[in-house]
Amino acid sequence: MSIRQEVIIVGGGVAGLSAAYTLAKAGVEVMVLERGLNSGTKNVMGGVLYRQMMEEMIPDFWKEAPLERRIIEQRFWLMGKDSVTQSAYKDMSWDSPPYNNFTVFRSKFDQWFAKKCTEAGVLILNETLVTECIIKGNKVVGVRTNRPDGDVYADVVVLADGVNSLLAKNLGFHKEWTSDQVALAVMEEIKLPAKVIEERFNVGPETGATIEIYGESTQNMMGTAFIYTNKEHVSIGCGTLLSQLSKSNIKPYELLEMLKQNPLVKPFIEGGESAEYYAHLIPEGGYHSIPRLTGDGVLVIGDAAQLVNSIHREGSNLAMTSGRLAAEAILQARRLGEFDEKTLSIYPRSLKESFVYQDLAKYKDAVHIMERNPAYFNHHLPAVNSAMKEILTVDGKSKRDKQWLIVKSYFKGRSFLKVLWDLFTLGKAMK
Amino acid sequence: MHIVVCIKQVPDAAQVKIDPKTNTLDRSSAPAILNPYDAHAVQEAVNIKRLYGGRVTVLTMGPPQAKDIIRKSLELGADAGILLSDRAFAGSDTWATSYILSQGLSELRAREPIDLILCGKQAIDGDTAQVGPGIARRLNIGQLTYIQKVESVDFVERSIIVHRRVDQGYEVIQAKLPCVVTVEKEINELQYSSLPEMMRAAQYQPLVWGVNDIHAEVNNMGLNGSPTTVRKIFSPPERTGGERLTGSIDDMANQLVNVLLEKIS
Repeated sequence: MSIRQEVIIVGGGVAGLSAAYTLAKAGVEVMVLERGLNSGTKNVMGGVLYRQMMEEMIPDFWKEAPLERRIIEQRFWLMGKDSVTQSAYKDMSWDSPPYNNFTVFRSKFDQWFAKKCTEAGVLILNETLVTECIIKGNKVVGVRTNRPDGDVYADVVVLADGVNSLLAKNLGFHKEWTSDQVALAVMEEIKLPAKVIEERFNVGPETGATIEIYGESTQNMMGTAFIYTNKEHVSIGCGTLLSQLSKSNIKPYELLEMLKQNPLVKPFIEGGESAEYYAHLIPEGGYHSIPRLTGDGVLVIGDAAQLVNSIHREGSNLAMTSGRLAAEAILQARRLGEFDEKTLSIYPRSLKESFVYQDLAKYKDAVHIMERNPAYFNHHLPAVNSAMKEILTVDGKSKRDKQWLIVKSYFKGRSFLKVLWDLFTLGKAMK
Repeated sequence: MHIVVCIKQVPDAAQVKIDPKTNTLDRSSAPAILNPYDAHAVQEAVNIKRLYGGRVTVLTMGPPQAKDIIRKSLELGADAGILLSDRAFAGSDTWATSYILSQGLSELRAREPIDLILCGKQAIDGDTAQVGPGIARRLNIGQLTYIQKVESVDFVERSIIVHRRVDQGYEVIQAKLPCVVTVEKEINELQYSSLPEMMRAAQYQPLVWGVNDIHAEVNNMGLNGSPTTVRKIFSPPERTGGERLTGSIDDMANQLVNVLLEKIS
């Protein structure tokens, strides 16, 4: 006898669990198939989880979910070899409900979310790998797992199988990602006493800060580095577009090591003990890389659908929203009794009306412009630090001379017209 | 035929850390898993069931979250599971634990006779290997420890033939049923569960028995019923280098004698 469920979700990360939770709450029979030992054991995230999207599903989740620190300060660094231009925004209102965001350990958070799903009636099977979709005619009718008697049939299959999404690729929804569509992120958890973290980052016992670092932190390649505070760990990591990393001949762990050794960064992690090391691909192709999102009997959500806003380091919130919108589309399709592509296209339509699509559309060319033109990261960005150095170093030169020197050195490596063009194109892409 | 496997939830030793201040295991640092030896005991029970027919029940004592290892056992092919859970059990050492488990087994036996009891040879958190033998003694039945192979089971003649690990080999032992068998990991390979088994396990709700269900005496359990006290736990100092002798046995013996003579003089 073949096994049947109303909906199968492949992948128990936050996208898959959001879809599962929404469906189960509406009384739908859902099965989640997760290849890892538990939810959260296969994914990697810097660690910032936004409140809003989770709260839409589980009100007041922050009262019981395993969270690390509430973020009350976000700092931005433009980093040179031994200099940094900093800006920061601190908001004490983020310290009280409704909070803005939290640092989390995904291994703990996802397990908690999975437990909430189980309580809502979702059937979660861990350590079960889906090897392919079962197709009848043109319709996806189920999935094949690597377990004996492992076929399961369903009205709809939701693919939440992460960045590589071999299942969506096998369905022809997208080709193998090219190296400029994914970033490689490496990160480390460094254990430090809570008191030390609070002193070094100037935060309280429950609150935390984030630092996003551009420039030297990725050896002036297209990418960012970050330092986030957890309760008793500091997360430090960096991510660069794979295309740039492979050209640079720098190994990912070397990049992280250079960051950790940088004299501006070192004091934050000094004396800490390395607790964990991660590496993962992050889908950063943006708007132009969003694959086909629906077919007969199938939907694609989360990282598998390239739903990451790399400019604002947002991903898990886009994943959650896509999961919830996919679930709502399935509920409508269920009322209509039709699960073909036409009916399921409620999902891409509602995604287009949401911030997910609109944010990605806003920045649709930004990443590509910076990818193609290295001047942003190796000319304009270092120029900020040299300008600051010139203007703030008191050495007997007149301020007017200094201004002239700054302008001269700025245009030395790049013609006036090119600079204008760079600023114009990026400005247009980010507007 | 009814086989019962006693199992334990333990912190994953690969990930557990020792709290340097209190010298105790920091259990929160590691995920809880089915004790690996017990997993092989469950697998062996399922293998025996598949060969000779019957039923496999798993029994564990622990907090409510120990239901997870009962579900894990069902994935491996067990038929049912019972969790002994009660505040009165908390703090029990191996002496008290074997009492509680044997009371649970007696209650179970009253409902459905037990032909064979399997345990892992020891748990990876305490490494005592005392609970299995403790159960056998309390139930007044035979015990076969460090078993690396079950050769045959005869439920009609009520006997079992096993291979028991000893230094540099094994003993072949025949014993009467019912008895307690504690197993080594080598006894079998864990099988990859089928999807229907995974589904049944995920949805399974085990029976939960408290202190009254197993007619146990509260004074024999918990901290009061546990004669063991932990004086100190510490990581043994690492061995420092040493000298390695090489060559034929005669050479090495001569070298050793010379070294010892030097040390004496």
